[in-house]
Amino acid sequence: MSFLIGENMTCGYGGADILHSCSVGVDPGEIAVVVGPNGAGKSTAMKAMFGMLHLGEGRVMLDGTDISQLKPQERVLHGMGFVPQNNNVFTSMTVEENLEMGAFIRRDDISGTMAQVFDLFPVLKDKRRQPAGELSGGQRQQVAVGRALMTQPRILMLDEPTAGVSPIVMDELFDRIIQVAQTGIAILMVEQNAKQALNIADKGFVLVQGRNAYTDTGAALLADPEVRRAFLGG
Amino acid sequence: MADVLNALVLIANFIIVPGFAYGSQLALGALGVTLVFGVLRFSNIAHGETMALGAMFTMLISWWLQSMGIGLGPLPTALLALPFGIAASMCLCLITDRAVYRYYRRVKASPVIYIIVSVGVMFIYNGLVRFIVGPADRVMVDGQRFIMKAKDFKTATGLDEGLAIKTSQAVSVVCAVIAVAMLFWFLNRTRTGKSMRAYSNNEDLALLSGINPERVVLITWLLAAALATVAGTLYGIDKSFQPFVYMQLLLPIFAAAIVGGFGNPLGAIAGGFVIAFSELVVTFAYKRVVAYLLPESLEPAGLVQLLSTDYKIAVSFTILVIVLLIKPTGLFAQRTT
Repeated sequence: MSFLIGENMTCGYGGADILHSCSVGVDPGEIAVVVGPNGAGKSTAMKAMFGMLHLGEGRVMLDGTDISQLKPQERVLHGMGFVPQNNNVFTSMTVEENLEMGAFIRRDDISGTMAQVFDLFPVLKDKRRQPAGELSGGQRQQVAVGRALMTQPRILMLDEPTAGVSPIVMDELFDRIIQVAQTGIAILMVEQNAKQALNIADKGFVLVQGRNAYTDTGAALLADPEVRRAFLGG
Repeated sequence: MADVLNALVLIANFIIVPGFAYGSQLALGALGVTLVFGVLRFSNIAHGETMALGAMFTMLISWWLQSMGIGLGPLPTALLALPFGIAASMCLCLITDRAVYRYYRRVKASPVIYIIVSVGVMFIYNGLVRFIVGPADRVMVDGQRFIMKAKDFKTATGLDEGLAIKTSQAVSVVCAVIAVAMLFWFLNRTRTGKSMRAYSNNEDLALLSGINPERVVLITWLLAAALATVAGTLYGIDKSFQPFVYMQLLLPIFAAAIVGGFGNPLGAIAGGFVIAFSELVVTFAYKRVVAYLLPESLEPAGLVQLLSTDYKIAVSFTILVIVLLIKPTGLFAQRTT
């Protein structure tokens, strides 16, 4: 059983269910990637695991305890960090203030963590007095990831971190994400760029219409001819 | 040369000096409206009456202080009473939030409902003021009336026109500068202030960051109450305390907030001065200025006034409409989205 696992999750946004008994999990130091066609329920699975949706069935387990009933804010306190797909930075605030707000729940000294984030994303250090809304798409994503890292999470959940950024920036972001995983943080992310994402993934979950279609290591999924044909464009 | 100077002094005396005082008062009012809008996301129609109540509390306490023989010498006693007035209106705003607004937050009411609710709050506040001090016109100012009297200016400079600066005008500007400096220090330097800006900018992300919305709302009401009390008191000192006047101030205040871009504190300050100066510039009778500048044969027969002072409300309304038509996000809209 994984460190963080969403088991047999069934839920939706009122009305019809989007997820049907879908399971996703990740372990520390690992990168788990959720891929699948549009409307497969990838983002929904993330939201369900972070407590932004009420689970009809199933449960979310963190380190062996059931956290299904916790609110998103409480899950942050339990060491989960979440980077939403859209509106994931405070646009009118400076980069530094964004990071400070990420660490809002912490009462201790945050300068060390901030230095780590600046080490990870050196460009942010240069722009730390600039409003986050004035940054490029890729830089914004870095701010968003940095903000989530400020709580020193044990698990970082990313909802399409590379949406709308150029391929070069995407590669760089993936490199950074690998770096974060190497520090022992569990990373669970949804990706539109399935091939590149599975390349760096330890674990891959292919969802189709809210169900687990294929689950395997990233490399195995990439090698699977059926997955390749159906989802990765040959 | 003396004619030009006389004309300038005339303009300074009737437009620039009162404009800065009135602009400061409007700016403080608009800041309160804009803060409530930024965090609670509705236009608080009751803000004018909050100003009236704050000014009333301050006035009552300053009467008591006066009866005890406590004063500030040349400065109005109301300044001494101001902290108490602020505390009283903070209590009132918190009680109102608990009793009224909190319910609508819980049911996630739409902004339109909030506005109607705040109209109701406005009537209650309004009734409260009239119930406690009555509708009469009251003088709030005491101490030394003028910093510089028109006569002294005339004898000092030898000009025909005098420049008078009332204590209340100087107090308005100084108090506004202090209040704004404190507000911006709070919003930009403190953790709580930053969390307010964060919540105002991106509510969902603020929640994800563990910012407690109820606390942000509480702080917002405290700030709005403080700003309203300061603005109301300054206006009362500068003019006089009349309960109904504050309702009329609502329009210029909203115009100021909208001109500056709703939710943008810096814009609200700029908007306050834009509205104040426009009102004065449009309603000022330029007859004497023109008389100084043109040869005697061309002296105008009329007042050379664009608009009668009775219509000064129309100025802010017109500016409001023009801004909404041409640049609805306000003249100082933040570029970032």
